[in-house]
Amino acid sequence: MSNPLDPEKLFGKGAPLERLYPLFEATETIVLTPGKVTRGASHVRDALDLKRMMITVVVALVPAILFGIYNIGYQAHWAIEHGAEPLDTWQTQLFQLIGLQLRSDSILSCFTHGLLYYLPVMIVTGAIGGNLEALFAIIRKHEINEGFLVTWMLFPLILPPTIPLWQVGLGIAFAVIIAKEIFGGTGMNILNVALAGRAFLFFAYPAQMSGDKVWIAADTRVDGVSGATALANAAVGGLQALQTGTVTWWDAFLGFIPGSVGETSTLAALLGAVVLIATGVGSWRIMAGVVLGTIFSSGLLNLIGSSTNAFFDVPFWWHMVLGGWAFGMVFMATDPVSAAHSLTGKYVYGFFIGLLVVLIRVVNPAYPEGMMLAILFMNLFAAFIDYWIVQANIKRRAARYAA
Amino acid sequence: MEHYLSLAVKSIFVENMALAFFLGMCSFLAVSKKVKTAMGLGVAVIFVLAVTTPMNNLLLQYVLKPGALAWAGLGDMDLSFLGFLAYIGTIAAIVQIVEMTLDKYVPALYAALGVFLPLIAVNCAILGASLFMVERDYNLGESIVFGLGSGIGWALAIVALASIRERMRYSNVPGPLRGLGITFILTGLMAIGFMAFGGIQL
Repeated sequence: MSNPLDPEKLFGKGAPLERLYPLFEATETIVLTPGKVTRGASHVRDALDLKRMMITVVVALVPAILFGIYNIGYQAHWAIEHGAEPLDTWQTQLFQLIGLQLRSDSILSCFTHGLLYYLPVMIVTGAIGGNLEALFAIIRKHEINEGFLVTWMLFPLILPPTIPLWQVGLGIAFAVIIAKEIFGGTGMNILNVALAGRAFLFFAYPAQMSGDKVWIAADTRVDGVSGATALANAAVGGLQALQTGTVTWWDAFLGFIPGSVGETSTLAALLGAVVLIATGVGSWRIMAGVVLGTIFSSGLLNLIGSSTNAFFDVPFWWHMVLGGWAFGMVFMATDPVSAAHSLTGKYVYGFFIGLLVVLIRVVNPAYPEGMMLAILFMNLFAAFIDYWIVQANIKRRAARYAA
Repeated sequence: MEHYLSLAVKSIFVENMALAFFLGMCSFLAVSKKVKTAMGLGVAVIFVLAVTTPMNNLLLQYVLKPGALAWAGLGDMDLSFLGFLAYIGTIAAIVQIVEMTLDKYVPALYAALGVFLPLIAVNCAILGASLFMVERDYNLGESIVFGLGSGIGWALAIVALASIRERMRYSNVPGPLRGLGITFILTGLMAIGFMAFGGIQL
């Protein structure tokens, strides 16, 4: 069949648009199923290719995304009903232009308001990150990878809803370039890409990334409404503050608490975990390790106790529903590239994340939340854990054959 | 006891010699291509730090400090201007002993470490630990723990860097960044990771 618009003539070897081949390839494989097959000798047949693996993660993220959008609006409306002022932003003006009420009991109204905050962040992430990815693909002659799709979906979910858009752009640019592309692209990074971008913003712009003012899309400076996260309250008042505060354990489990967009709902993250474990995309070993590590270290701190730091008394079931624990465990710690690769190593890797997250939360007064930093820290040691396990295997086998 | 424990945690993680103070960078960047060599250098640095810091402490307490020579009847003598000279002399002597020991008993490691073994003598992490010890007025017990902890922290960092660099054999780093360039960036990213402990008050 001769096609005047034959893509091979446009994008193939020696064709005028050869440099843009990655763009063509990306579009073709998303829209069509190309008939190309591997021509080399060895070929593993598996239905689970990179595209399917990444799209599974996106599917697993859907509950967290939907609930996150709803919760932005719900938190804002709840705070406004309790005396806070609406923010003086275009989102508020547009929302009032649509004609919806600022009411926390209307799902539609909450969802719409949340969408006005979520969508711009997501669009900026995709536009800047996607273009950088395409630019690198063209210059470095690799294909545009689906890995960015996951980073794109994850990144807006780990930011506070009120983040300025230029910081979103800066953060995703750092993530894509420094954490991923200079190592060669998807599959070759050392740190989790989305978390590296968040960590950069966290240390560069603490005013917009932490504190009490950024988690609710409403002006909470008036009396009566606290914009602090439940985790920040626990850091000050310990278990007692959690039990007497307005947030119940079930609120925190379902996600009706202030926080980064996608992290608040433990339930949504667990739904994602079910998808990831059922399809075999996410490692249950890492998740099990994180759970055990958290129980171990919070149990230990409960036993030790402290007269000056009330956070010591907070039990593990509270640690697990607050902050980014569940979201980080399900979607960040299980990143197959930056985690330990060996099966035994995954338990060790997960266990230390669980151990560290509680330690950073409780012992380090500088940060109330520790999930991001714990995962990044263990990313650094994942390669060493693997090295250590491989060496142990070599030694064991050598001993077996010597005997 | 608790005091020593928190000093150890502080010197290993919170004030990591390599990734919080960026001391000992030359060998940190140069000898981190293979985990085995990095471990060898790490152990050598731990040993040198654990020995030189308390030795310099003794030197400070009984020779150099103002009034330290009171035991010799020279109570109004102040030799602290000789500090740098004395500390680096101790360090050079210890490193020489380590070098000869390795040459005799672990020649493979001795060959792998090459010029960086004698260079431990001018590794700023080693002198840095001694100077921190002077500045913070540690006693003998504290300087043993501090020297040991700083060494363990530095060794931990270089071993982690080396295993990442071994894994990076599969990476496709842009040409101009290969080698030292990407290692510098990696060191920066690792320092972000180690900031997890920054701010811990012990």
